[in-house]
Amino acid sequence: MSETGQNPNKSAKTRAEPVLEVRDLVTHFPVRTGVVKAVDGVSFKVYPGQTLCIVGESGSGKSVTARSILQIVDAPGRIVSGQMIFRRADGSTVDLVKLGDRGREIRRIRGNDIAMIFQEPMSSLSPVHTIGDQIIEVLRLHLGLSKTAARARAIELLAEVEIPTPEKAIDRYTFEFSGGMRQRAMIAMSLACDPRLLIADEPTTALDVTTQAEVLDLIKRLQDRHGSAVIFITHDMGVVAEIADDVLVMYRGRVMEQGNVDTIFHHPSDDYTRGLIDSVTRLQRRSDLRAARAPVPADRPPVLEVKNLSMDFEALRAVNDVSFEVRPGETLGIVGESGSGKTTMGRCIVRLLDPTSGEIRYRKPDGEVIDLVTAHGPALKDMRREVRMIFQDPFGSLNPRMTVAQIIGEPLLVNGIARGRELDERVSHLMEQVGLEPAWRERYPHAFSGGQRQRIGVARAVALQPKVIVADEATSALDASLRFQVLDLLLKLQDELGLAYVFISHDIGVIRYLCDRVGVMYRGKLVEVGETEQVVTAPNHAYTKALISAVPWPDPNRRGIHKRHRYVEQV
Amino acid sequence: MTEATTNAGPPRLEVASQSKLIWWAFRKHKLAMAGLIVVAILYVIAAMPGFFAINDPSAQNARTPFHPPEAIHLWSDDGFVGPHFVPSKLKRDPDTLAAIYVPEPEKAVRLVLFGHGYSYRLFGLIETDRHLFASSDPKQPFFPFGTDRLGRCVWSRIMQGAQTSLSIGLVGVALSLIIGVILGGISGYFGGRIDFAIQRVVEFVLALPTIPIWLALAAALPQDWPATLQYMMITIILSLTGWAHLARVVRGRFLSLRTEEFVSAARLDGCSEGRIIFRHMLPSFMSHIIASITLAIPAMILAETSLSFLGLGLQPPTISWGVLLREAQNVRSIATAPWLFAPGGAVVLAVMALNLLGDGLRDAADPYNK
Repeated sequence: MSETGQNPNKSAKTRAEPVLEVRDLVTHFPVRTGVVKAVDGVSFKVYPGQTLCIVGESGSGKSVTARSILQIVDAPGRIVSGQMIFRRADGSTVDLVKLGDRGREIRRIRGNDIAMIFQEPMSSLSPVHTIGDQIIEVLRLHLGLSKTAARARAIELLAEVEIPTPEKAIDRYTFEFSGGMRQRAMIAMSLACDPRLLIADEPTTALDVTTQAEVLDLIKRLQDRHGSAVIFITHDMGVVAEIADDVLVMYRGRVMEQGNVDTIFHHPSDDYTRGLIDSVTRLQRRSDLRAARAPVPADRPPVLEVKNLSMDFEALRAVNDVSFEVRPGETLGIVGESGSGKTTMGRCIVRLLDPTSGEIRYRKPDGEVIDLVTAHGPALKDMRREVRMIFQDPFGSLNPRMTVAQIIGEPLLVNGIARGRELDERVSHLMEQVGLEPAWRERYPHAFSGGQRQRIGVARAVALQPKVIVADEATSALDASLRFQVLDLLLKLQDELGLAYVFISHDIGVIRYLCDRVGVMYRGKLVEVGETEQVVTAPNHAYTKALISAVPWPDPNRRGIHKRHRYVEQV
Repeated sequence: MTEATTNAGPPRLEVASQSKLIWWAFRKHKLAMAGLIVVAILYVIAAMPGFFAINDPSAQNARTPFHPPEAIHLWSDDGFVGPHFVPSKLKRDPDTLAAIYVPEPEKAVRLVLFGHGYSYRLFGLIETDRHLFASSDPKQPFFPFGTDRLGRCVWSRIMQGAQTSLSIGLVGVALSLIIGVILGGISGYFGGRIDFAIQRVVEFVLALPTIPIWLALAAALPQDWPATLQYMMITIILSLTGWAHLARVVRGRFLSLRTEEFVSAARLDGCSEGRIIFRHMLPSFMSHIIASITLAIPAMILAETSLSFLGLGLQPPTISWGVLLREAQNVRSIATAPWLFAPGGAVVLAVMALNLLGDGLRDAADPYNK
């Protein structure tokens, strides 16, 4: 396949035949209570050299659509009807629905003509074979290359996905690679047979923004070089704006709207699409609730003062000499990538972990200052009533064996604050306060959606009328439309209860929306602290610049991550 | 997916506790439901074997050695007469002098539901002579599964043996459970050096070849000990090796739960260690423990049966399925009295039913893991 011949130009775009044309695809999952129509009459076309983004919230059926194309839908799901016309390089067409899910023909198409990359490269790559072995196997299987030729080609492929020193990397194992490197290796493998169509199922969701930018860049460059079509599945509208030519918006298995990326972003015709874009653009500026507020007076003594906090895990210093303060009624954001130590720092503040050194000075409402690092016994118990935590995972943080009323009432009960009828009343009040029906009190967590569960977690945190709440990625597991609802709830409670938040997040948008000030963490160190607007618009530290510039902006006219700053640590 | 399922479900799903969810998941498992029913019937029998027996299981009858099984008839030559059986008389073959049973159709004896038979103590307390069914003529005993060489009713002995064999499984597992949960719990919850020490002990116990150990220990028991003491010792010997697996299961659950966020949340709520363990962690893995227990009982039953079969477990006159199978040890019984294998059928039935039940419970125990 010649590289230049496949390279499409703008005028060829309209004439080219679609690589894949899906018509009225229906995929069902039979479950106990009936049938879940995961994909319900989806139609679209993908053209060579173009990127189609399938976007939707969790449960919209976007992944099932992708898996249906390759006939790898998880049991008990099955394709009920529809057509998927795939056009091979020689111009012949085949209906993938008719091929069935096993058999020689579909196996030839998988990997050879259509390749797929997954969200979690660690689970899609074998842990017991070297990266090279896995790529070589694909080459020998599909292209029948000899051992030495396959090895040479594998090194070429690794070089093409910009893995440094490919001749050494080829003999490494999956676990020796970082997340971004694994995804690159996965892409190298999928490129092995020069596929006509590449399906990427949330390939950057598990990655940090800077790594995400690298991978998006890479996919774009490779696509330009090979002229293959890409179906890119994501929930992130910023990514969509960055890379898409066409967009397909899905909701509950149906196509809400499809069209050109500019049309979708600037003139959406469907209400659902509009809501989706609205919920993302909202996070591009600070919350209206916060804008309407008087600024937090700077002269008030800080409620929490962290001084030279360090936390070691064996040889690894996860938190390294971190100092900051939080004033009453203020939200301090802590932003950083995975492994930056932000979660460890949050866990040190609530003393789920015992810091190695440093001080965490907490000022009680009566003016007394205690050091949370050395607090123990009754002092620790008292402190835990006033410094609370909201967890990231709305599923794992609620005991599945307890009803909502029991979960919210637990801190009140074990601290001997309320029992019996009084407890019932306070729990009902708390549920109203966080926007849950008190009538749902006897329900178990499994009956609630992710957003509602996070509200339960918020109610549990505020039950003891704390002064400080550490929120660890509290909205990361939520869909965009729910995310700002929970953020607004946190702001409302802040006004009502005079709370100070330490809000830990990897998401710049969320930080900008919610936080008064923000601290940037990198490899255990706090590299920059300042007013949110200042840090986001005019960062001082080189790392912050790299971080901010790697965030895709949800506007197709402002594509810019390829112009981003790159941060190289000075040793 | 989960969202859609939740929305599509009946409204009662929302207030369903986890045990209800497990029950719903379990009910769909047809084989496990069948297992549950069989196990329930077996344990009802084990609770009151006298009621289900027909003849005194220990009574010898010189006139009926190796009596073949008798069928229940509903019709005679005169038409429908209700449940009855045709007794037979022991005769000698005039040529070979072999014992043969000659049916006597004219003497057909009716079977009475809830009739009177030998007298026994219900639950070891209430003296009664009622049985599920009994022969209307005390002189003509009914042998649905035949008799052994001493003329004892095999059916009644299986019923009586169920009590010993099934309860030895329960008691043995209960003992293993106590040791396993305590040691496994300590190991998993505290971790560190204690965990290391306990895990090495568990590995040592698991490395022991169980059958020779059982044989050696059982052989060391004095033969003249009373039956109840012997029974207790056998259960202790069996559970000595059985606890290790349970300790592992419990430790694993503790380890995985310890890192769950809801346990961290409970700690931040101000719960004491005891409350965290018993209120927050224990309920979350009770279902798994119950499933493991259900799968451990059949192993115990089989172990008791093998020991007794080899003559090293329980000793006659105690009746257990293993003791009964000793009657079927020689070739002669295979040739002349194949019905002596009936206790083996009971063992297979009980073990199968318990395994199916345990498998179903294990699958259902994680209602969210579907």
